[in-house]
Amino acid sequence: MATDTTTQGRPDAIRAVPVRRPGRWVAVGGVAVVAAMLLNMFLTQPNFNWPEQWKYAFNFSVLEGIRTTLWLTFAAMAIGLTLGVVIAVMRLSTNPIVSGAAWLYVWIFRGTPVLVQLLFWANIGALLPTIGIGIPFGHEFITYKTFDLVPSVMAALLGLGLNEGAYMSEIVRAGILSVDEGQNEAATALGLTQMQTLRRIVLPQAMRVIVPPFGNETISMLKTTSLVAYVPFYELLFNVQNIYTRTYQVMPMLIMASLWYLLMSSVLTVGQYYIERHYAKGARRNLPLTPIQKLKLVIANARGRRLA
Amino acid sequence: MTAVPMVRAEQVHKWFGRLEVLQGIDLEVAPREVFVIVGPSGSGKSTFLRCINHLEKVDAGRLSVDGQLVGYHERGGKLHEMRERDVAAQRRSIGMVFQRFNLFPHMTVLENVMEAPLTVRGEGKAVVRERAIKLLDRVGLRDKQENYPAQLSGGQQQRVAIARALAMEPKLMLFDEPTSALDPELVGEVLDVMRQLADEGMTMIVVTHEMGFAREVGDALVFMDGGVVVESGDPRDVLSNPQQPRTKAFLSKVL
Repeated sequence: MATDTTTQGRPDAIRAVPVRRPGRWVAVGGVAVVAAMLLNMFLTQPNFNWPEQWKYAFNFSVLEGIRTTLWLTFAAMAIGLTLGVVIAVMRLSTNPIVSGAAWLYVWIFRGTPVLVQLLFWANIGALLPTIGIGIPFGHEFITYKTFDLVPSVMAALLGLGLNEGAYMSEIVRAGILSVDEGQNEAATALGLTQMQTLRRIVLPQAMRVIVPPFGNETISMLKTTSLVAYVPFYELLFNVQNIYTRTYQVMPMLIMASLWYLLMSSVLTVGQYYIERHYAKGARRNLPLTPIQKLKLVIANARGRRLA
Repeated sequence: MTAVPMVRAEQVHKWFGRLEVLQGIDLEVAPREVFVIVGPSGSGKSTFLRCINHLEKVDAGRLSVDGQLVGYHERGGKLHEMRERDVAAQRRSIGMVFQRFNLFPHMTVLENVMEAPLTVRGEGKAVVRERAIKLLDRVGLRDKQENYPAQLSGGQQQRVAIARALAMEPKLMLFDEPTSALDPELVGEVLDVMRQLADEGMTMIVVTHEMGFAREVGDALVFMDGGVVVESGDPRDVLSNPQQPRTKAFLSKVL
């Protein structure tokens, strides 16, 4: 028989004895020992040479390298994303020539190593000494030396950006395909053109699927920029290499560079979290809490418990 | 007075590969009429509805809305496929409501209703906003305008979808099983909005399994099966006194 809870009153909340978890304490012990060993090594092994690392951590050429690494990352990702959207849309086109061209692009740029592509653009002058504007197969009105058109910085951007475009196009394509076909139909039935539907309806929803791998690609790009040291173009690794060829402190400098890369990718991770949250709008009933909101909640709960 | 029919279908055929889904549909829908299509699943009723706004291409026969051929231009006795822009223009005056609502989940209720007038017709934001709020008021959801679709019940979502279609001020409304995805207790609120729309004189083509609605609101009804119209007439006559054995068999199962 069903009972009326309003007249009965609610029974007391369950206060059960929690399950014992001895495995956790064993794990804590094991991890603590390993952590202590590592810490001991970091502090006592002189070859880490922390003073040397600290001395160069904010050195002008290191900071300059970081600046270059950062703008190179963002510029290459901007090129990659733009190209990626264009190629993805081409790939999904019903025109077989257009989708075939997109397929070919992805095939070439995803199928060859990015280091080879960087070296290719750096040495493009050896293949085509001059580039001109004129009638195809006919007279050239203006002729440039390729080396003037493609300096190291251009080679770096072309190499990273064009390669990234191939990967991004697959990510964007996956995002577009993830959007329910009903969305397309509803927009079409309202009279939106294909381009309007893509821009207003499909891409904003695809972003939810695109952002996590995009963040992944950005962090990957941050580290891939170190390859342009071989173009050669100066960035963080290139400048750090310059320092250690002078001081012979190879390991300390590489560790210092790694710590900088780690710091930068951590910042990007936080950025990704907030972008994901932005595009979760409407997909969840309530937006997930930000870490700061979570912290406030934990503190508020702790206070509440103490008062109770 | 011989008004141009709102929809005229003559021997409309549609096939997907070898499967012939529509095998010669002939019918006429008069302006201000509520035209109900019933039939078992797979009978082609939804496909026919989707042909009317060219979501599906007619493969043979002719289909016109308000005297205009759908999806094709006729020049010198030959049919030319319409360009995408012209098809989109044709669709603007035809509203459609889907079984699964298909609201835009990344936009608020109000933004959903405002989207097409803003993007397609390029109207001013203030005018569109005012009209959208009026429409939401009409479907009883004025207080939900800032919510996202995921925060609404199915019945509420479908009412927003109706308001969204009405925002383009269509001359014809297509309903593709608008209550089939709803919990039973939510069906009524959607049918109420549709009934009100019918009373205001909107031309409506409704694919549905709601026989009560068909009987009460419908002006004409066709029963489709196997890609053809099996029986047609006044909804009250067809539903209470079907002539064809296939109609009888179907109605005995759903009534």
